[in-house]
Amino acid sequence: MSAPGTINAGYLESLLAGQPHLPVSPLAWLNALRAEAVERVGALTVPTLRDEEWRFTDISLLTKMPFHPVRTTISLQAADIGRFYIEEAATRLVFVDGVYAPQLSSGITDSGVAVINLEAGFGAHAAVIEPYLGRLTEFRDNVFAALNTAFLHDAALIVVPRDISVAVPVHLLFIATQKDVVSYPRCLLLAESGSAVTVIEDYVSLQEDAYFTNAVTEIALVDNARVNHIRVQREGAKAFHIANCAVSLARASNYQSVSVAFGARISRYNLNVQLAEEAECAVDGLALISGRQLADTHTCIDHAKPHAVSHQMHKCIVGGSAHAVFNGKIKVRQDAQRTDSRQSSRNLLLTSKAHVDTKPQLEIFADDVKCTHGATIGQLDNEEVFYLQSRGLSETAARNMLTYAFGAEIIERIPISSLKCQLEQTVLEQTTTQS
Amino acid sequence: MIYQDSRLLLEVRGLCATVNGTEILKGLDLTVRSGEVHAIMGPNGSGKSTFSKILAGHSAYEVTGGTVMFEGQNLFDLAPEERARAGVFLAFQYPIEIPGVGNSQFLRLTYNTVQTHRGKEELDPLEFDDFVREKMKLLEMSPDFLERSVNEGFSGGEKKRNEILQMAMLDPRLAILDETDSGLDIDALRIVANGVNQLANKDNAIVMVTHYQRLLNYIVPDYVHVMEAGRIIKTGGKELAFELETRGYDWVGVEHKAATRAAV
Ligand SMILES: Nc1ncnc2c1ncn2[C@@H]1O[C@H](COP(=O)(O)OP(=O)(O)OP(=O)(O)O)[C@@H](O)[C@H]1O
Ligand SMILES: [Mg+2]
Repeated sequence: MSAPGTINAGYLESLLAGQPHLPVSPLAWLNALRAEAVERVGALTVPTLRDEEWRFTDISLLTKMPFHPVRTTISLQAADIGRFYIEEAATRLVFVDGVYAPQLSSGITDSGVAVINLEAGFGAHAAVIEPYLGRLTEFRDNVFAALNTAFLHDAALIVVPRDISVAVPVHLLFIATQKDVVSYPRCLLLAESGSAVTVIEDYVSLQEDAYFTNAVTEIALVDNARVNHIRVQREGAKAFHIANCAVSLARASNYQSVSVAFGARISRYNLNVQLAEEAECAVDGLALISGRQLADTHTCIDHAKPHAVSHQMHKCIVGGSAHAVFNGKIKVRQDAQRTDSRQSSRNLLLTSKAHVDTKPQLEIFADDVKCTHGATIGQLDNEEVFYLQSRGLSETAARNMLTYAFGAEIIERIPISSLKCQLEQTVLEQTTTQS
Repeated sequence: MIYQDSRLLLEVRGLCATVNGTEILKGLDLTVRSGEVHAIMGPNGSGKSTFSKILAGHSAYEVTGGTVMFEGQNLFDLAPEERARAGVFLAFQYPIEIPGVGNSQFLRLTYNTVQTHRGKEELDPLEFDDFVREKMKLLEMSPDFLERSVNEGFSGGEKKRNEILQMAMLDPRLAILDETDSGLDIDALRIVANGVNQLANKDNAIVMVTHYQRLLNYIVPDYVHVMEAGRIIKTGGKELAFELETRGYDWVGVEHKAATRAAV
């Protein structure tokens, strides 16, 4: 067996192979950012189980697969992807294998609001973008974020100007159509002071072979802004999905997020949220997996300033011989007095081979704070199953109903009813096929 | 009510059962015919709830002897849900809470499941809503309870009413009411008893487990049984309940022992 370092180096080199062909940007800072990212990829290695942050998540399978950047773009028709549309979200940016598909998209450029692809947005918005793009994500110590940044040339861009509320939810739809391809979806959302917007970040697939999605999302909320962020990971069954999301909340801003992970053979979602004074966030998640799936969610909620509130509920429903990981770090820095932070991790194991590793981590350096956290791992309650059976439901129907109810608590927090129904249906179908 | 042409519904012979290796039921006999109302009384821990849950098919109890026939069929051949569909209904002494499962969704699913198995029409959500609201009126229950999770945060009495609501919907052949009166205030007791009386007819039967004679003023039993240490040791008419109320249980045990000794 060769040393792990060698495998990594070769692997990363092969992933970077497509990078030099990227067009040079007219923006010097963007070229510099990419160059730095390339350099970081060279210096970093692919994490292994020996890395503390990856100790439950074995991605060696990923490194054995020769993914290459997209070579030819597939042209899709609206009819091919109509089933992914969300009724309430007519504003839509579609990316096919990571490449922007203008004919499928319907963005906004109106009264200062921009929902467009980054290349188109550079002209008008380069100055407002520069302080955020590639600055919120700590790609310098994160090889996947660095890889994504090395390939950064286009992205989904949302800019909401001061005091504007975007009435209609924005749908960012990332569609995988080709096998063996690695794509680098990228999103940047800038909510200016007092603005409000709802965004759905949605990963879907039209094929069932292996591919790799390596996504980075950056979200900046200026003072008093409100962002609703719904993240749906419903990748193909053999996909690899690694995503980094960084959210920065300025004073009295409010970030509500619900992320669900249903798909992918192996998925990892890192969410970093930083809160300034009086900022509030609700960060909820559901992983529903079965078979041999692995779904890992790592969150870090960083209370940097006083009087901020964070609430988090993360649930995992694990069937088959699947493996769920949750690592939820709450940092309360020294001057973050009067922090109010609540975290709960609840896990349901449907089979004896299902497995979950949950690790709440509190790092509290302030003394006047209210922080609670708790984790439970369990099976369905036999008394509940019996109660439902005694009313005529089969054992399977009873178990499905209870499993569904467990997951529905998170899905119900999605403020878009057609998406909520769609996902509830998915939960129902998945729980039905489990048993 | 005892009818001339009643049918045999339930026949329990020499039922023995253990839980975690401890014997709880030790040769229980009981016969219930259609149209009848039975009351089972007896000290705490004598096995009344155990017996009820065994009839409903709870898997924690192991039946080690005896037989139970329900409408001519071996009850133990049926899974709990099959018993429910066949018409066995247990109103639990301690109905559990099921967070996240909406009460109306639960009620509709159980109703439609049972209807389907009985070869009857299902109701769509709107029809069901009318149907269940009608049943709730019978029990003077607010429709607000439909919006909540099953029993979650319900008071003790509200849970008991929700049990009888399910009984009213599922129209059982044999209803076993395990201490449905405990936890009910005076008005609620009257309302619930009224509901039960309206559901009783000459084709079904009711077995009520209770500690209080008071309930029996509202739902008048044809038979009162005394259970002790996993057996029914005395059976009488409704006047037996009054006697138990004044004299307690001790004398029944003494009498039973004397009788058994005499028989040997
Ligand atoms: N799961 C169990 N494990 C151990 N013992 C049990 C279990 N379930 C019941 N028992 C025991 O069986 C006996 C009978 O219990 P049961 O609940 O049937 O009594 P009961 O007659 O209904 O009493 P009460 O009038 O208090 O409701 C009790 O001694 C009880 O502790
Ligand atoms: Mg009892």
